[in-house]
Amino acid sequence: MSEPRTLLAIDHVSKNFGRITAVDGISLDIRENEFFALLGPSGCGKTTLLRMLAGFETPSDGRILLDGKDIARTPPNKRPVNLMFQSYALFPHMSVRANVSYGLEMERLPAKEIRSRVDAILATTELVPFADRKPEQLSGGQKQRVALARALVKRPRLLLLDEPLGALDKKLRGAMQLELKRLQHEVGITFVIVTHDQEESLVMADRMAVLKDGKLLQCDTPHAVYEHPADRFVADFIGVMNFIPGKASADGVAAANGARITGKVPAALPSGASAVASVRPERIRLFPEAQTANRTTGTVEALAYHGLDLQLHIRTPLSPKPFLVRVTADAADRRPVSSGDQVELGWDAADVRIFAE
Amino acid sequence: MAPALVWLTALMVVPCALVLALAFFRRGIYGGIDYTFTLENFGLVFDPLYAGIFLKSARIAGTATLIAVVIGYAAAYAIAAAPRRWQPVFLFFAVLPFWSNYLIRTYAWIVLLNREGLITQLLRWFGYTGEPPSMLYTEGAVIAGLVYNYLPFVILACYAPLSRLNPELAEASRDLGASAATTFRRVILPLTLPGIAAGAVFVFVLSIGNFVTPALLGGGRFQMIGNLVYDQFLTANDWPFGAALAMALIAIMLLVLMAQAMVANRAAGRAAQAAGGTDG
Repeated sequence: MSEPRTLLAIDHVSKNFGRITAVDGISLDIRENEFFALLGPSGCGKTTLLRMLAGFETPSDGRILLDGKDIARTPPNKRPVNLMFQSYALFPHMSVRANVSYGLEMERLPAKEIRSRVDAILATTELVPFADRKPEQLSGGQKQRVALARALVKRPRLLLLDEPLGALDKKLRGAMQLELKRLQHEVGITFVIVTHDQEESLVMADRMAVLKDGKLLQCDTPHAVYEHPADRFVADFIGVMNFIPGKASADGVAAANGARITGKVPAALPSGASAVASVRPERIRLFPEAQTANRTTGTVEALAYHGLDLQLHIRTPLSPKPFLVRVTADAADRRPVSSGDQVELGWDAADVRIFAE
Repeated sequence: MAPALVWLTALMVVPCALVLALAFFRRGIYGGIDYTFTLENFGLVFDPLYAGIFLKSARIAGTATLIAVVIGYAAAYAIAAAPRRWQPVFLFFAVLPFWSNYLIRTYAWIVLLNREGLITQLLRWFGYTGEPPSMLYTEGAVIAGLVYNYLPFVILACYAPLSRLNPELAEASRDLGASAATTFRRVILPLTLPGIAAGAVFVFVLSIGNFVTPALLGGGRFQMIGNLVYDQFLTANDWPFGAALAMALIAIMLLVLMAQAMVANRAAGRAAQAAGGTDG
């Protein structure tokens, strides 16, 4: 991989609809050939941002630079950007082939070139046997591939995907996640995907942006966002997190019951301020070694077997909500626990993240 | 199902069969019917004098249809593009004239088009001093009356497919590089063609057989097939020829309806072929 180069720069972009601010001063860079995810709960502004990138909405403020050129006011048919719609928006009166050819016909390419490029993309997306079918004769997964082929055949600088897997069932979704990643590597096009599914963005994205109420909370690799969430909302939104409310101190958080949770306190958090310490379920160990920094006891309230691991709900004096703890299947085999058991739990100071409440 | 069939037979099939049977008899010398079999009534239909009236009726109905489709489609498009909560209000206003009587609506056009009618007065108000334009009792007045009366059918027929159209289809077309005009021609129009066909057939069929509008707005001597049939039954007292004319009119209407059914069935397929033009 060569030095990452910025393809698209979103520069202080805002969008107001009347008195509602859908996107509020977002700045972020999307790099060449990257798989980028815009993630957030519904109403966070991610779809509006995507529609501004596609050209269906014009920013109220700010610039959108593609290869250094401001395209914020360029109409959608004049941008080297294509969108794969959530509803797929396949033309129902056209065959698969006609749907895929449409965009190239608009470029007034020679019929021969259109034919060969369409054939190639139909082969890549495994749609050759369905080329003469109408969209209504296709399954959900096939429609999705047609929508993808129709956008990819244009060889856009940037491909936008709006909840591309939302309409598929869970099993197919898993397969298509990998398929999309493979295709992205194969065609070498920058993908920007919008999703509300945090797992989807963790699996697929090279980098991701977490949005809430029109604001950008964090933009980083999935690993960094998961391990070092920018704030309490991100920590809660991405994956599962156990929170321990209390007051900040120099070396951690004092929980309501007086217990001390040791961890690195952010510089901006003054001692005595309301704070939460947090720890991921997979970082908590049952029956910890004596020198473990953070320890507590609790009662197992429920067990859920997930094949790979065992998820335990453990009531502790540290927080009003039970802790979720994930134990690998063989750890659970070595020391079985059952509902009602008193257990010791512990986790390292390095695994604790502390946020302002 | 059975009661419906009884009503259909009693009120549609039997009267039509009677009229059809009538067409095969002679006119009695003093009016009335001479029950001897003949085909000459149908021969007379193709007489240049009467065939000319058929052609004129078709031309007038065709022109009215074309104008009504253009205006009606544009109106339906505007309504479907309006905010959702306003659409029923606009539709209500579009069909509001239907709540008054057909005759009254047509008389209103006389008031408008009269030599000293509203339009002339409006022209005068703007400073026009010349001869009042002669608008009433022309073919144009008849066409205007037909368009006005049947426009709501076109609006309703076109609004249905336009309002059901997924707006993302037009966006997808723009996204793929099509201009607004190309998007309309290749996506919106083909997908709403069945509505246009339904509305057009309505206007054409109702216009070609119409006799009130030509009688009122076209003046006494202005004749369309409807007036001709009316005259044969009520003035000339030649029921058999009137029946033959009526049957010819029904045959034309059936042909138009069949053509529309074919358009409706093939709309999707045809549009797809047109769209796939480059790969063939």
